[in-house]
Amino acid sequence: MSDATIDAATFAELQESAGADFVKELVQTFLEEAPAMLSELRESLAAGQADAFRRAAHSLKSNSLTFGALALAALARELELGGLDAAALQPNALGPLEAEYARVARALEALCRG
Amino acid sequence: MAEPDPPLARLLVADDNKVNRLLLTRGLELQGHSVSCAENGRIALDMLRREPFDLLLLDIEMPEMDGFQVLEQLTADPKLRDLPVIVTSSLEGLDNIVRCIELGAEDYLPKPVNAVLLKARIGASLEKKRLRDQQKELVRRFATSEVAQDLEQSGFALGGRHVRGSVMFSDIRGFTALVESQPPEETIELLNAYYALMFDAINDHGGVVNQMIGDGLMAIFGAPLPMTDHGVAAVRAALEMVERVELLNTRRLAVDKPAIRIGVGIATGELVAGYTGTQKRATYTCIGDTVNLAARLEEHTKLAQRTILIDPATCAALGGRIPVDLLGAVALRGKALPVEVYAVAGRPAPCA
Repeated sequence: MSDATIDAATFAELQESAGADFVKELVQTFLEEAPAMLSELRESLAAGQADAFRRAAHSLKSNSLTFGALALAALARELELGGLDAAALQPNALGPLEAEYARVARALEALCRG
Repeated sequence: MAEPDPPLARLLVADDNKVNRLLLTRGLELQGHSVSCAENGRIALDMLRREPFDLLLLDIEMPEMDGFQVLEQLTADPKLRDLPVIVTSSLEGLDNIVRCIELGAEDYLPKPVNAVLLKARIGASLEKKRLRDQQKELVRRFATSEVAQDLEQSGFALGGRHVRGSVMFSDIRGFTALVESQPPEETIELLNAYYALMFDAINDHGGVVNQMIGDGLMAIFGAPLPMTDHGVAAVRAALEMVERVELLNTRRLAVDKPAIRIGVGIATGELVAGYTGTQKRATYTCIGDTVNLAARLEEHTKLAQRTILIDPATCAALGGRIPVDLLGAVALRGKALPVEVYAVAGRPAPCA
């Protein structure tokens, strides 16, 4: 269960405290905002802007935790803690995160339709 | 408990992330609060300086101005220093959380924020703020903003210390006869008008009214906060009090009410100053020979037929800046030796 893309308990709790309809809107907002965070990660990595890189990773981590996207949160957290220097040493530093985000986006959309 | 719901509070959410802003706002609105949002620290500070808020929910990682900088600015701003701040962030590292608390944050809630915990923390913070506001209001009613500040900074410590200052006693001449000649509501109305004028005059010159008994009041200059030239400040305050009573009298005479006159005694010297009372109910006061002397001088104004009487130390403090008349040595009750008494002659020379 723990390797699920979206942790069911976290998502259910979110729906319960904020209301299912509101969570749908929140998911939509996240799906609109997240691509900007991903491109911010790519651009700041290319431009060597450590602060912007850390902030974008932090934002993505924070939102992933909100929806229970635990694997995505863990990947974002690694980038946040490792910072620009660690990411710059890896050939495909953002690859796993981008792949996981694609899974998360599909899973969230499915949850909202369901 | 059958407590009614607490009144709506005005909250500000500062977070650069839209999902976080929406979610926090939603949670807070469900709890009955009214919520505004800011996208970064700079915007949040602008809003806080423009409109009143009861509490700030603050993210740390933000562009332009981060949460640490906001906390620093809030602490440096006397008007915003007491605003409760709850930091909500998914900060990494205990040292960052400690830093928030050290910078004055009331509490720290990790994201994603648990709704039940959030409600409890906000409730506690607002209750603390309400008590603090209430306490401040009580203090403000009886003291200048400086004293209110001193009390807050000292955490309402009830200690005592030696200070140098000037003490003033003032009352209304022939007040008892006046009370007997008019309906009680008129007496209260007169007292309220009189006190408002006297408080203003005294506060304008940095003094603190610390006691009111009937028509009499006691004020301190130079404590609890030290003041240079407290003797001159006290005499200038007394002259302004006389002026304001004259204004009150023109209004009274216009409606066929008798004029009132006041008597003021001022003495300067060593005082024992401190907060007396209990933790729940304390007043700032001064005691010692200087205080007794000021009270005796005020009593003596009746006999001397002069409005403002001062002791030699206050006269010396004036250094000729305000004209005085020497009335000679007077034997005052409770004083072993006669005291040289001076009457303040009139308006002060204009300030240099």
